[in-house]
Amino acid sequence: MGRSYRIPLPALAAASLALVTLALVLVFYVAPNDASQGFSQRIFYFHVSIALTAYACFGAGAWKALRHLWKRDPRADLESYVAVHQGVIFGSLVLLTGSIWAKISWGHWWLWSEDELVLFLVLFLFYAAYFMLRFSVDPGPQRANFSAVYALFGVVLIPVSFLAIRIAKSFVHPQVFTLHGPNFGGWMLVTYCVAQIAMLVFAHTLYRVELVGKRIDARLRELRLG
Amino acid sequence: MSTAEKYVTAAYCVVFAVVLAYVVLIALKLHRLEREVDELERRRPPVPVAEDERETIHVG
Repeated sequence: MGRSYRIPLPALAAASLALVTLALVLVFYVAPNDASQGFSQRIFYFHVSIALTAYACFGAGAWKALRHLWKRDPRADLESYVAVHQGVIFGSLVLLTGSIWAKISWGHWWLWSEDELVLFLVLFLFYAAYFMLRFSVDPGPQRANFSAVYALFGVVLIPVSFLAIRIAKSFVHPQVFTLHGPNFGGWMLVTYCVAQIAMLVFAHTLYRVELVGKRIDARLRELRLG
Repeated sequence: MSTAEKYVTAAYCVVFAVVLAYVVLIALKLHRLEREVDELERRRPPVPVAEDERETIHVG
């Protein structure tokens, strides 16, 4: 998010619409059926890309929080808050799409015995609690500092949640990426890459739209008080 | 439509519905902000124009 040059918001929105449409076409009309999971594997193109986008949003939120604490960047607090908000929205989508896939493959909406599911839920709830903390403190430097420290602590849970899929004892959760690279190739890999880029661009568009709204809101508050 | 196809469709519909709900919420918020800007504009006192600052124009 450079300050010197920014892609105009309408162009970003058009790019995300085009990329999401392309990803949907590839998912439903081009990508072949998976040999072991069949048609249900098509959920993964969006489920995995949404999950990695949620991690990216939480990571961005932590980065902005660090900038707030370290550089005292006046815009960083609001940017961190919006990034965490995006992460929670994408996180809820991960849980919903994951549950639907689990119902097809395991016959259950949720399994408490699976570490990777529980750890992602912990990560999601941790960031959901961020809003409770933020709105329990009056607006000002103290609220910004508390929120920044909390967002920074949360980032530790991201590698734990990501690695849990690899160290899961039962190996029930499919491993899309291994140390030797992705577990698929050809059109499946192309479809996944397009879906991943589409989700990242889409998340960035939503982030920018929400940030514009929040900044106008803050300025209006100042005008009313002044 | 097989069961797997139904569930996959449901998953993508859920994604669409959540994103749509989010966009609606953002649109409502922007609408509220627009109303507040209008209200602030109405409250603002009119700026007086000084006599000597008026532009002279020739009519006819």
